[in-house]
Parts: sequence; C-alpha cells; structure tokens
Amino acid sequence: MRRSFKASNLYLWLVFVVLYAPILYLAYYSFNSGETMHGFEGFTWQWYREVFADTRLLIILLNTIVIALFSSAISTILGVIGAIAIHKLRKLPNQNALLSLNNVLIVSPDVIIGASFLILFTMLGIKLGFASVLISHIAFSVPIVVIMVLPKLKEMSPTLLDAARDLGATEWDVLSKVMLPFIKSGIFAGFFMALTYSLDDFAVTFFVTGNGFTTLSVEIYSRARQGVSLQINALSTLIFLFTLALVVGYYAISRRGQAAGSGARRKDRNVDWGLPNK
Amino acid sequence: MNQLIRMLLLVLVLGFALMYGASALNSSEGYSGDSTLTIYNWGDYIDPDLVSEFEKESGIKVIYQTFDSNEAMMTKIEQGGTTFDISVPSEYAISKMKEENLLLPIDHSKLPNLKYVNPRFMDLSFDPDNRYSIPYFWGTVGIIYNSDMLGGRTFKSWNDLWDPSLRNQILLVDGAREVIGFGLNSLHYSLNDTNEAHLQEAKAKLNRLTPNVKAIVGDEIKMLLANEEAAVGVVWSGDASEIMDANDKLDYVVPEEGSNLWFDNMVIPKTARNIEGAHKFINFMLDPKHAAQNAEYVGYSTPNEKAMDYLPEDISGDTRFYPDPELTSKLEVYKNLGKKMLSHYNELFLEFKMHRK
Amino acid sequence: MRPAAEAQAQGRTLPRSRNIYLVPYLLWMVLFVFAPILLIVYDSLFDVEGAFTFANYAHFFTPVYMKMTFSSFWYAFLITAFSLLVGYPAAYLLTKTKHKQLWLLLLILPSWINLLLKTYAFIGLFGTYGAANAILETIGIGRRQILFTDFSFVFVSVYIFIPFMILPVFNALEELNPSLIDASRDLGASPWTTFRRVIFPLTLNGVKSGCQAVFIPALSLFMITRLIAGSRIITLGTAIEQHFLVTQDWGMGATIAVFLIIAMAIIMVLTGTRSRLRR
Repeated sequence: MRRSFKASNLYLWLVFVVLYAPILYLAYYSFNSGETMHGFEGFTWQWYREVFADTRLLIILLNTIVIALFSSAISTILGVIGAIAIHKLRKLPNQNALLSLNNVLIVSPDVIIGASFLILFTMLGIKLGFASVLISHIAFSVPIVVIMVLPKLKEMSPTLLDAARDLGATEWDVLSKVMLPFIKSGIFAGFFMALTYSLDDFAVTFFVTGNGFTTLSVEIYSRARQGVSLQINALSTLIFLFTLALVVGYYAISRRGQAAGSGARRKDRNVDWGLPNK
Repeated sequence: MNQLIRMLLLVLVLGFALMYGASALNSSEGYSGDSTLTIYNWGDYIDPDLVSEFEKESGIKVIYQTFDSNEAMMTKIEQGGTTFDISVPSEYAISKMKEENLLLPIDHSKLPNLKYVNPRFMDLSFDPDNRYSIPYFWGTVGIIYNSDMLGGRTFKSWNDLWDPSLRNQILLVDGAREVIGFGLNSLHYSLNDTNEAHLQEAKAKLNRLTPNVKAIVGDEIKMLLANEEAAVGVVWSGDASEIMDANDKLDYVVPEEGSNLWFDNMVIPKTARNIEGAHKFINFMLDPKHAAQNAEYVGYSTPNEKAMDYLPEDISGDTRFYPDPELTSKLEVYKNLGKKMLSHYNELFLEFKMHRK
Repeated sequence: MRPAAEAQAQGRTLPRSRNIYLVPYLLWMVLFVFAPILLIVYDSLFDVEGAFTFANYAHFFTPVYMKMTFSSFWYAFLITAFSLLVGYPAAYLLTKTKHKQLWLLLLILPSWINLLLKTYAFIGLFGTYGAANAILETIGIGRRQILFTDFSFVFVSVYIFIPFMILPVFNALEELNPSLIDASRDLGASPWTTFRRVIFPLTLNGVKSGCQAVFIPALSLFMITRLIAGSRIITLGTAIEQHFLVTQDWGMGATIAVFLIIAMAIIMVLTGTRSRLRR
C-alpha cells in the first residue's frame, strides 16, 4: 500500500515537472544577458528593467487581464444559463442538436471565427477596440463553459429538484440553493477554462481589435518576425509568479476562512442541498 | 451560491481596478490627445527612439499597432472600422491593395527627402511612379549555410541544395512563392513563370528535395539556424542578417541563377485620418540619418542612397546585403500573378509539403 | 418515486423555465454561431475570383484533401487517446492528494502563459542541443531528432490539451461516492475490476466531455504543425489557415470549415446516443 502510494506520487510529480518545464525554461533565459533563448551568457536584470520602463507593454498587459477577467466572468454566467437551457430540453435529439451548435465555435479554426466576427462587427457598426474584443472573447468562451457544466447537471438527480419544489421552493430557490451549489465545481472549471481561452487567444483578437487596443498575445505574435525579445520572457515570468502567488494566496485565505466555521460543512455537503432550510 | 457571488464580485472589482489603471497609464502617455498618427507595422520593425523623436519634432502622438502577416493586415484594412494612417506591406500586397482601392495616393511634393532614395528602387512594376508607396526596406531570397557543420563547403547555386550529402539538413521558409520560386530558378525559369509544364517540372524537382528537407517553418527559422539545428536554410536576406548577427559561423549567398527582390514599402491606407501627419512621417523616415539609424536597428537593407554614408563601413560595404548591380539585374520582383495562379502555386506547395520522404 | 408528482412538477415548471434560460443562450447562438455558419456556407460557394460555384466541394474530394482529412482525424485521435491515458491517472491521483483544489489550479496555471512562448521553449528543449537530448545522452541512448517528428507533435499537443481532459475527469471522480468503491472492495473485487466495473463507468460523463474538449479543437490545430512538426503534418486547420491568410481563397477555406463542422456534429451525435443507452 505504502509503496504504491509513493509510485503514484512520483507520477504526479512527473506530470507537474513536464507541465512546468517550458515555463522554467522561459524564466531561466529571462536572466540571460545574451539576446536569445540559446546559450546562457551571464546573469542580468536588464530585461526586467525594460519591462517596467515600457509603458506601452504594461498597458497591453493590463488590457489583456481586464479582457480575460470580464470575458470569463460574463461567459461563465452565459454558459451556465446555456447548460441549464440544454439540460432542460426534454428530447435528447434536441439536446444533441443544440450541443452540436454549441461546439461550432470550438471546432472552427480561430482564423475563421476571427474573420467572420470582424465581418459581423463591421456590419453591426460596432467600433473595433475594447468592446469588440470583449464581446468576441465572451462569444468563444461560452461553449467551453457549457461543456464543463453540462455533465454536472446530468449527474444531478431530478428527484432532488422535485423534492425541493415539493417543499415549496420557488424557481429561484431551486436554482440558487440546489442547482448552483451542486454544479459549483463545473462552474469553476468553466471559468478557469474560459480564462485560459481568453489569455491564449491570438487569431480572433487580432481580427476584431483596432484603434490602438492590443492584447499581449497579439503583440507577441506580431513580434515573431523580428524575433521575440527576452523582455517578453521577463514579463511572462512576472505574470507566472504573480498568478502563482495569487492562486496559492487565495487558496490559503479561503481555507483559513473555511476552517473557522465549517469544519463540519464539508462532511455534510450531501445533506446541505438535500434539505432546503427555509 | 455565496462563494460564487463572492468570486464574481472579486473578479469584477479587480477588472474595474485594472481598467482604471490602464486608462491612467494611457492618459499619462498622452494617447488620448487629438493629434495622433496610427502606424500599422510588423512587430519591432522600427527603432522606437525614432518614433519618440518624431513625436517630439512634430507634436503628433504616435499609436503603434502591429500585424504578423500581409494578408491579415489587408483583411483588417479592407473591413475598416479602425484607423490606420501608415502601413508597411510587402510589394505583392501593395499591388493587391492597389487593385482593391485600399490605398490613398501619396503627394510627392510633401516629401522633399524622397530625392535620397536610390532610383533603382523607384518606379517598379508593382507600383509605377511610386504613386502609392515609398520604399522602406528591401532585400533578397538566398541560401544561408553553416560551413563549419558541413566540413567547409560553400554554396553558389540553387542546385547545390539537392546534394545527397545534405540529408535532413535544410530548413525552408514557409512561403509558396519562395519555395516554388527557387524550384523554378534552379531550372533557369523565371520565378514568375505561369507555364504549367514548367511548374510541374519544378514541383517534381522539389519533391526530390524532400529527403534533404528537415522542416518547413516560419519566423522560427532564424532561431533554429542560429542554434545550429540545421546547417542550411533558404531565407530572406533580412532574416539572414539577423541570423548572422547571432551566429557568425553562418554565411549568406544569393544564388547565381537569380532570385527574388522584395520590398516593404510605406503606404497610406484608405482608413487614414491624419493624411498630413502620414506624409510628415514618411518624410521623416526618408531623412538619411533616420533611415540609417533605422537600418542599423532593424538590420535590413535600406533603399536610401544617402543613408549609406551614415552607416558603418561593414554594413554599407557588405555585398551580400547590398549586392552589386550585376547581381541585382538577375533579381526579379514578384509579379502579381492573379488570384487563380497564386492559388495554384499554393496548391503545388501544399502537395510538396505532403510529399513524404 | 411518485410519477404523478413528478409529472405535475414538470408540467408546472418546464415550459416557463425553458423560455427563461433559452432566451439569452439562443441570442448568443444566433449572433455568434448561426451568423458565422451562414457566412462560412455562403463563402464556400464562391471561387477565388468571386464567381458562384460548387467546385470547392468537388475539390475537397480530391486525394490531397482526403489524405489531409484522414491525417487530421488520426492525429486528433492520437492526441485524445494520449491525453486520456495521461490525464485520467493524473486526475485520479489528484483526488487523493491533500490540497487537491490547489493542485488542480496549479495544473491549469501553465496554460495561462502565452502558447507561442511555450512552443519556443519546447523548440529549445527538444532541439539537437536541448535538455531532452542531453538527458537521452546521459542515460546512454544518444542524441536523436526529436523536433519535427510525430512524437514531438503529439507530445506538445497533449501538453496543450491536458487541462481540458483532467478538469472534467477530476470533477467526475470527485462526485464519485467512495462507499461504492469500498463496497466493491468488500465484495472481493480486485483494484482493476473495481476500476473497470465501478469507477470508470461512473466517471464516463466526465471522460466524455474531456474527450470532446480535446478531440474537437485538436482537429483544427495549426501553428504547432509548423513550429513543432515542421509542416510535416498538415491538418485541416493548417489548410484553412493557409487558405484564409495566404492564398486568400476564402471559398476553399470555408469549404473545409463546413466539413469540419459536419464532422464535429457527427461526433456529437455519436457520443450523445451512447448516453441515451446508458439511461
């Protein structure tokens, strides 16, 4: 038993090492006094100084985060609504049809989405810039949220909802006290996937942006022809460390908060949504 | 539910705070002023010091936006919805944009510095009389090779690439015109050839090259060659100069059969608002000192004859990047072959890529 | 159960609630799914010179594109299979760790760093003089070409998609009632039988949504095909990219996209019917 536990730990460690290897590689070279990600010449803070001196880059960074946060929050809301809508359809073929349509944006290559969104926005007369980028990020993040949330809904037993209704819960109570808590993990998964989509997207953003508004991905790709400078490595390292601190910090705080009142809460989660209190 | 709402609030508050931060930075940079000039260029394709100097000299605030391919840039300009006062497309893109009325004519009387441009680079087939475009940088397509890795061998001709000893050693740039072009050149055909028999002959010949081809890549080719991932590459001269900066074991040659002569020119797209400012900017960049400074920063060849005086001898005297007139006469500019033919070129290139060793 | 009460409950709530939830979702769909699909289908009916034609569809059924379709599906299948193979155990082991939510977030975190940069890092790691080859050399296998091979392509693709697989599987495993596993053990089932007969079937929904979230975008991968596979692998996504951005033959690009969408719909229907059988 003990030995197998160790072997399994090793496997997880291996997965994490592989996942973080490219990032460590990028971070390592951000201290390179040479010009490229090949051949470490000496240690320097030069690239980090350049990041902080480059206001344009910082503005782009802030834009990127703002878009990512807003778009994933809104698309999570929309996606949850969409998943519930699909789930509530009684006929399975209808569900499948709607789900297929849902996935069109996932399967379509970014270039096509970008180009058709561009045509759409110019037709609708939306000024290209912050708004158009935000709208399109919301649009292409919705389907992934639906995909993440729907299985959780399917796991929920219908009797649970009926029980709640029989006990006199309103439709809103059912949603907020039964359904949403149950699918919470799916919602978080959807939110983080949406965040990933938004931060990573280049092609769609490229097409729908304009009037001086740029995100980090667009900037990095367009620098590729001249070679991406180690300044970008430095910036990515900073972003990485910052998000790492944020994630770990948030986790620690939320655990401390939970520990105060809810040592028991986790255990009787199963009971929690079974019996609406009021 | 509470946790969800708390999370949502956190995200929104953070979002608005950062948005405020961005707009504060924006206004501190003066990006919201009235007199602005939006430049749409390749990433890192201009010396940023020149941009600030232009801003100081003219009082115009420059907004710099970037693209990564001519085609994507054209799509953006065609659709409109955003302002670009200056753009820097390649020559084939210019003839296409001209056809589709995406360009505004340039008023030469507002460009006193135009006289410094080498007449050899003016009035070319893609833009007669330079009505719509002013040369920014130019270059060639050729072979870059690492003699050290190949036991001291050198290259002179396109046909040297087919040498069986180069197995798995060649990197090609991912461009249909470039690859099919050198296939045609190696057979002593023009790289603007549209004769189907010649094209098929070139493709059959390229198929025989596949054992030597390690990969067909984009901009990464510079990094790969500088890191000695492969010994030989077919690249644009601008890339070659950057690779050689990073690794001095490499050398560049324009093959004797001839090759491509390419241009990136400044244009004023139809989306321009500040046409006056755009002319000012073009004239600023044509100033020999500025052109020289830019050429040193970017590392490409400048078409500005007078700027040569301001460049260090080892740059201006380098015949690999400033070839003599004899070799230049063998170079061809890509002609606009029409959409059908271009499609055909791409289809041939796609088949070549899918041809397995 | 009380069928009468259930029917009554449904009768009371369904029509009204369906309207409420469908409205914003359908609005999104009309704007950002129907409109683009219509545009794509419309575009696919024109040739490069803007003349109306069905030739693009005929052209799709030539050997070049058939071969490309086949290889796209093959690689997407490989990527999904390996993602599942690596991701399922990882997700399972994650549920056993102490701070599982934290580890899960840390698993997603690398995907927030720009993909192009990570790809460059992989080029460095897999290169002839990179870390991977250095390891191979020290353990006595010797240097070999890793970059621009099928291996590196599948590896990097799995790297990109693995969070999309692990997340839904993890969530499914989390919901698994541990007493079921105990019961299976108490009844004398071996760990493998327990996994095969109890755990895996009960997490099938998560596996399914993971596979969808990997397979479908894997069909239209591009960029990696050039940077990591050196254009040795051409997928439908690459071809579309080329047609839209290089040839500007939007008609042909749109035609391939139409086939991709059809393929995706077929996959969804196939995975959907199975779920009906399970009920």
